[in-house]
Amino acid sequence: MEKNKSKEALFSKKNRGLLKDPLNINNPITVQVLGICSALAITVKLKPAIVMSLSVIVVMALANVITSLMRNMIPNRIRIIVQLVVVATLVILVDQVLKAFVYDVSKQLSVFVGLIITNCIIMGRIEAFSLGNPPWKSFLDGVGNGVSYGLILIVVSFFRELLGNGTLYDYPVVEKLGLYELGYHNNGMMLLPPMALIVVALIIWWQRSKTPSLIEKD
Amino acid sequence: MKVLQDILDSARPAVTTGKLKPLYPLYNALETMLFVPDHNASSGAHVRDAIDLKRTMITVIFALIPALIFGLYNSGYQHYRALGMLNDSIGWLQFFTLDNFIFGAIKVVPMIAVTYIAGLGVEIYFAYINKHAVNEGFLVSGLLIPMTMPIDMPLWMIAISTIFAVLIGKEVFGGTGMNILNPALTARAFAFFAYPSFMSGDKVWINTSVEANQNVVDGFSGATALGQYATTGSNNYSAWDAFLGIVPGSIGETSTLLILIGGIYLIATGIGSWKIMLSSLLGAIAISLIFNLVAPSMISPEQQGFLAIPFYFHLVFGSWAFSTVFMATDPVSASHTERGKWIYGFFIGFLGIMIRVFNPAYPEGMMLAIIFMNVMAPLIDHYVVDGNIKKRLKRLKANAQ
Repeated sequence: MEKNKSKEALFSKKNRGLLKDPLNINNPITVQVLGICSALAITVKLKPAIVMSLSVIVVMALANVITSLMRNMIPNRIRIIVQLVVVATLVILVDQVLKAFVYDVSKQLSVFVGLIITNCIIMGRIEAFSLGNPPWKSFLDGVGNGVSYGLILIVVSFFRELLGNGTLYDYPVVEKLGLYELGYHNNGMMLLPPMALIVVALIIWWQRSKTPSLIEKD
Repeated sequence: MKVLQDILDSARPAVTTGKLKPLYPLYNALETMLFVPDHNASSGAHVRDAIDLKRTMITVIFALIPALIFGLYNSGYQHYRALGMLNDSIGWLQFFTLDNFIFGAIKVVPMIAVTYIAGLGVEIYFAYINKHAVNEGFLVSGLLIPMTMPIDMPLWMIAISTIFAVLIGKEVFGGTGMNILNPALTARAFAFFAYPSFMSGDKVWINTSVEANQNVVDGFSGATALGQYATTGSNNYSAWDAFLGIVPGSIGETSTLLILIGGIYLIATGIGSWKIMLSSLLGAIAISLIFNLVAPSMISPEQQGFLAIPFYFHLVFGSWAFSTVFMATDPVSASHTERGKWIYGFFIGFLGIMIRVFNPAYPEGMMLAIIFMNVMAPLIDHYVVDGNIKKRLKRLKANAQ
């Protein structure tokens, strides 16, 4: 069994699939509808969304690799506890790094960095994938899922910041375009949490209309 | 008429078989709106009633028209009064003047036009994508949306709210007849949360744009009666003013009298459910009486003032009447079971007045109450049907023994 794996190229078709599938047909947010809570909370502006995405990518990739390395040692009964310890350790590391280097963003993210521990996507990938797969594959899977989570976060926060605040990455786009003088006003609804769900729903709608294989037959 | 018919007839081959086939839904909508269709069902038509969707919608439009016309006069009246151009000693005798009407019409007609263009645009696009005929679902919503807006609402905001309501409130659920929420209220709620500075406060309800040599009169307050109650615990308008409708407010909702006439017309024609209207009335009265009871225990005089007002004030001020008659009775989003309608209506009145009094940020709670009960309506129906099944099973058992 080990021999089979070692023969496989680093970026074989299967491995590339691990990276690519989560972006579209297996997207954690728009297809599996996981991790919605953080998508609501930190997508008001681009900056926290980007920082959050990076943190999740790091935590997910490393957690996947670590649990995958330990997968043959973890007793089945206490595996959730072990997974939690691994993820929690990584989250605390990420939290400390954020506090040290981007303090203001870390304040905006507040409790949500800590809540990465409970992010359903991370626990889901560890349970479903890295406990049964070698480290390299688990790493790719973690990165793939993290990136696709981040992608949705960034798209949602792009629209919410642009339409709700008139800025992009704190740059006053709408003001520079002179739209306010024409009578334009920011859409306050975009800043409220329900709009994040509606934007996610619109993305799901768009994705499904482009990808017929996602539509369930009834 | 003959000219129109000729145009439509000459266009028929092109849209049915020719090049313009994609436009058939639009053609069909126009044709059936203008003329009686010339084709009959060839077999198995199941007409039980002379009333169809189009007739229903037109009936509601008729019921809305008195309140709308009144709204036009009122917009002008409030505007000229704020500028001090009216003689206060003869009061509302100057109400039905051509000036008032023209001012209101100039403001409101574009709003109505924009709503219909935006809403029907989305509807026709979806009809085209889904290849079905455009139906009449938007006729009423398109008139209700501008009637629930303040007079100074910018047109592009109305357009965006309408598009949002038709898209998210209706089309994603499958179009007319499938929507969970009332589309007109979805539009208003969207506008309310998206552009709060245009939808609330005391600046927006009366147009005070001044021309040269004009000034807003001293001591003028543009707050609605409910806004005044929420902040000061009293107001300058009498219940009689509010019943007739000569108060600031959204365009269509001020005149309780004309809404009442519209409501009676709806009940008489069987379009609006009298159960929902009556139970909403009961709910509103019930919560007002409860408030009157607890009013003396409040410490701040503002709260005391707002809690202590008699129940008929709640019925004539604000949009209770308009929402109950035209919004709550929307047959699609309301409860469908007969017993469910009582529960649904009661809580609309009850919660609407409760939000109005308790939350100063939302002086008009009816909108939120109705949207909330729209969401709850399927649940109510579920338990009503469930209860009925259980009751009949029990009876069956009793008979069998």
